[in-house]
Amino acid sequence: MAEAHPVGFQWVVEAKARGAKIIHVDPRFTRTSALADLYVPMRAGGDVAFLGGVVNYILSNNKDFREYVVAYTNAATIVSDEFLDTEDLDGLFSGYDQDRRVYDPQSWQYAGHEPEGARQHDHEVQRETASPLQHESHGPGVGGETERDETLQHPNCVYQILRRHFSRYTPEIVERVTGVPRDKFLAVCEAWTANSGRERTTALVYSVGWTQHSVGVQYIRTGAIIQLLLGNMGRPGGGILALRGHASIQGSTDVPTLFNLLPGYLPMPHHANHETLRNWIDAIRNPGQKGFWGNAEAFAVSLLKAYWGDRATAENDFGYGYMPRLTGDHGTYQQVFNMIDGKVKGYFLVGQNPAVGSAHGRAQRLGMANLDWLVVRDLYMIESATFWKDGPEVATGEIAPERCRTEVFFLPAASHVEKEGTFTQTQRLLQWREKAVDPPGECRSDLWFFYHLGKRIKQRLASSTLPRDRAVLDLAWEYPTHGELDEPSAEAVLREINGYEVETGRPLSGFTELRADGSTVGGCWIYSGVYADGVNQANRRRPGDEQSWVAPEWGWAWPMNRRILYNRASADPRGRPWSERKAYVWWDPERAEWTGHDVPDFEKNKDPAYRPVPGTSGPEGLAGDDAFIMQGDGKGWLYAPDGLIDGPLPTHYEPAESIVRNPLYGQQDNPTRNIYDRPDNPLNPSPPDPDTSVFPFVFTTSRLTEHHTAGGMSRTLAYLSELQPEMFIEVSPELARERGLTHLGWAHVVTARAVVEGRVLVTDRLAPLRVEGRTVHQIWLPYHWGTTGLTTGDSANDLFGVTLDPNVLIQESKVGTCDIRAGRRPAGRASLAYVAEYRKRAGLPAEPAPRSNQGREGEEAGA
Amino acid sequence: MSGNSLFGPLDPAPDAGYADPPPRMGFFTDTSVCIGCKACEVACKEWNLVPEDGLNLLGLSYDNTGSLSANTWRHVAFVEQPLPARPAEPRVSPMGAGEREPRFLGMPAFDLPGRAGSDGGNGAGGDGPVRERTDFRWLMSSDVCKHCTHAACLDVCPTGALFRTEFGTVVVQEDICNGCGYCIPACPYGVIDQRAGDGRAWKCTLCYDRISDGLMPACAQACPTQSIQYGPLDDLRAAAARRVETLNANGVPEARLYGHDPDDGVGGDGAFFLLLDEPEVYGLPPDPVVTTRDLPDMWRKAGLAALAMAAAAAAAFLGGAR
Repeated sequence: MAEAHPVGFQWVVEAKARGAKIIHVDPRFTRTSALADLYVPMRAGGDVAFLGGVVNYILSNNKDFREYVVAYTNAATIVSDEFLDTEDLDGLFSGYDQDRRVYDPQSWQYAGHEPEGARQHDHEVQRETASPLQHESHGPGVGGETERDETLQHPNCVYQILRRHFSRYTPEIVERVTGVPRDKFLAVCEAWTANSGRERTTALVYSVGWTQHSVGVQYIRTGAIIQLLLGNMGRPGGGILALRGHASIQGSTDVPTLFNLLPGYLPMPHHANHETLRNWIDAIRNPGQKGFWGNAEAFAVSLLKAYWGDRATAENDFGYGYMPRLTGDHGTYQQVFNMIDGKVKGYFLVGQNPAVGSAHGRAQRLGMANLDWLVVRDLYMIESATFWKDGPEVATGEIAPERCRTEVFFLPAASHVEKEGTFTQTQRLLQWREKAVDPPGECRSDLWFFYHLGKRIKQRLASSTLPRDRAVLDLAWEYPTHGELDEPSAEAVLREINGYEVETGRPLSGFTELRADGSTVGGCWIYSGVYADGVNQANRRRPGDEQSWVAPEWGWAWPMNRRILYNRASADPRGRPWSERKAYVWWDPERAEWTGHDVPDFEKNKDPAYRPVPGTSGPEGLAGDDAFIMQGDGKGWLYAPDGLIDGPLPTHYEPAESIVRNPLYGQQDNPTRNIYDRPDNPLNPSPPDPDTSVFPFVFTTSRLTEHHTAGGMSRTLAYLSELQPEMFIEVSPELARERGLTHLGWAHVVTARAVVEGRVLVTDRLAPLRVEGRTVHQIWLPYHWGTTGLTTGDSANDLFGVTLDPNVLIQESKVGTCDIRAGRRPAGRASLAYVAEYRKRAGLPAEPAPRSNQGREGEEAGA
Repeated sequence: MSGNSLFGPLDPAPDAGYADPPPRMGFFTDTSVCIGCKACEVACKEWNLVPEDGLNLLGLSYDNTGSLSANTWRHVAFVEQPLPARPAEPRVSPMGAGEREPRFLGMPAFDLPGRAGSDGGNGAGGDGPVRERTDFRWLMSSDVCKHCTHAACLDVCPTGALFRTEFGTVVVQEDICNGCGYCIPACPYGVIDQRAGDGRAWKCTLCYDRISDGLMPACAQACPTQSIQYGPLDDLRAAAARRVETLNANGVPEARLYGHDPDDGVGGDGAFFLLLDEPEVYGLPPDPVVTTRDLPDMWRKAGLAALAMAAAAAAAFLGGAR
């Protein structure tokens, strides 16, 4: 966190000054470790084993916060007796289809809910469309009543299933899998449990070192299980904080730049599953289900009204027919392979540098070299705009600049200080920023670009009578502009996102005012309220010492300016704070309402003693102690009966590329992971494959404080470049000795995809680990470098192949296997032969000549 | 000489002739919360238009700047080192901070490749000398001009380019400096430096332009963890004393202050530090003394010698005439 989020780390330092203990778990000793009270090194990719060990410690020592767990989680809920665990099936859950590599989740359901599993859409389609991502703001559907045993004794209650499932994650196994010594592991367990309960809470912070794995979602699920068991959710000082890759990545999932989501986590319609407006809305709200998702129709219709304005009417289903439809996996990596295969003609890159920043850089560049056109909007001439003339494939002869077919349009962009708008950070806090200076020259904001692009497209199509053009022509595309540049008003956009009454134009005060009859517009229902009373609430800057410690008047947090989600759980089932020290929101019996320091995340006047009439759906179906109001059963999910592709419980699987056999199960790796089995995407062999000695080391990548992601905003600046002026590779003294590497000498790292060179930093900050009775060396590389800028170097992301988490289609780019050798790598064509030789030795098929741009022109590549 | 203004405790601004100066301002750099982000280095260069210092990978841990120089007015040192395998003999620090115990930061114990048997490193062997892995630490510290109470650079400057500000800080006027370079060997910390191709002397100004407008120096403003604190020196000294007390009481007995003491060799620094080990570990001189301390005495002695010489010569002359 200190490395990649130094500004946010100030709060960790402040917490430490106030007595908090900081524990840091990381494959390498970083600037965060330097300030931590305890540093725990571990093997990259062993996180479920580590966290599962914590779960086992909690359960076998009865350290869970029992009253919280019984009341607020699904620990007591009975699961179908058809369910079989990984304990029964050697690493698989019941319902696995070997041929399609997907599960039928019917047997995972709560008892009596099995038919709902059958109603669920095909997991293969769900994987293609990363549909579990849509559950970010709400649980997936479970309807009706559940059977519960609050004594937690029923053999099929979630609590008992959890006990059995995690029973083999002993400290011994944790040590064998992760290399974390037993005493150190137990120190973490003791600290975590001792600091949780009525009086104390513990926060869990993670970043892309967790997400970018073929089992990344399950890492986070395991963290969630621990935090629920210890009563750390919905309470001050607790929670799980996801540090995002850079500014406003949270914002770009809320109002998404993802192929499968619409604003507010509404799913992008699928051509077969969501043919009509009714299909689509019912798929979101699950009729009969309890909880707040029951109002989905108002959110969906108001969004369509935001898109098509007056042209969205009840008669035309509010323009639902205009909505594009998913037809399969349109994720970024599938797109790249589609580009290589010549299926994609044009591409927009806005503030992204996949030639350096994405896994399998060579595939990224060869894909982009096979487009008709490419628009790059960035602050600098980044590698994704120049790959056709200076990328590594030019040196190898795979791309010939004079014949590269891609026409690249570089459009300079305005930086964050040259435009106004909001950032949304990990706490869901929207903070408005003003424009400090005008953008120089031809630089323009993204808002300007898309607004005027839309205007021009509409103009071009104005005389069209083709039905397919109606969706564009009917778009509501009027925003006030100002200044010489005709800059659209970002506040006007924020007002539309907030939502307003169509007839009067009155901004809505929150999403409860959204209507399904077309009388309201709302661009993102969870953001509704950010422009309440016509005031830009995100622009509030009341200093902390002029308001309560929760500081509700600094910026605005979705939903409804709530700073902690599910904060009903900060009070006991009867509505009293768990302790004076941790009081946050509570029930005031005299005024018969919820009150406290934050906006209560509960119906204001719902008595804690309220119990619904069985069969009631929507919010009324939730009881007065159902704290997790977006879940269909009102409970925090220790066990996920639905919504995940790879199982209802986290299970340790080895990374797609590993040097050890899975010590826990016969199943080696995530059986449902997304595989792109193509000759241009070879994976290093892993056990049980015999040829694992060719790539004997583990490597991982991350960022340096001194550089920003793919380097476009730092390798271009002298003051930052001089601080980390060269690509380097960190190794332990032990590995350096073994491979003859010298400090500041050259070395190169090889995988089945690429060879990458850098200067060697021999450091004690990396230490070999003992895993499964053998020594495991880990290598660390920063991934900031590329071919342009003041300081250039090889891109570490070139080393990775493409294997994705099945739930959200994120790539496994935080762990892989490799070899490392002293000296520089071969240059040019020789580097291809060098990698090919490694592939051959590893028993991998040779890659056919790349089908790149030149191939399509009938020329041999680089001839 | 009464009030030898070249040595001993002193408030430098009134001593320099300011009639009613504002309180003396300074930096307190608490290295125990430094995260080595180098925002101070960058902010300093941005504000003061200090040139880039070269794209050189030094391999000194994450320090690729090297040291304070004409082109680096804030410098973050990274001390990455193993601690002794067994605690060394407890030492009493010359700074009086008490015993030093290596602090366990949690590096793992494990069998080394050379000793791990046949599987160590996949048969590649690892038969170099086996070294005991010890505990390890990574210290970070942002260094800067100390703005000494008795600034030798200022004392020796023949042009008056170096001057004492009303805030008690020491600043070079770039339009007056003639590049004579006398100040460079005079600095007991090796801070002030001549810029190549320019010849003039450059160093931290404690952002004289910013603090004159009531702003914070750029480095302190940019520091995310308040490792760099700016304010009236008296307040900072009090805060620093409290911080050391807190750390000492909370299992960090090695925390100690450096440069805070008005009785030290430079009369106390305007920019002082909280360190977690001996100053030498951070590359700081353990007992800096203003290089002009003995000047009055030397002049006095030289004067006496000259007088004696003159008297002797006169005596010889007179004697000879006799």
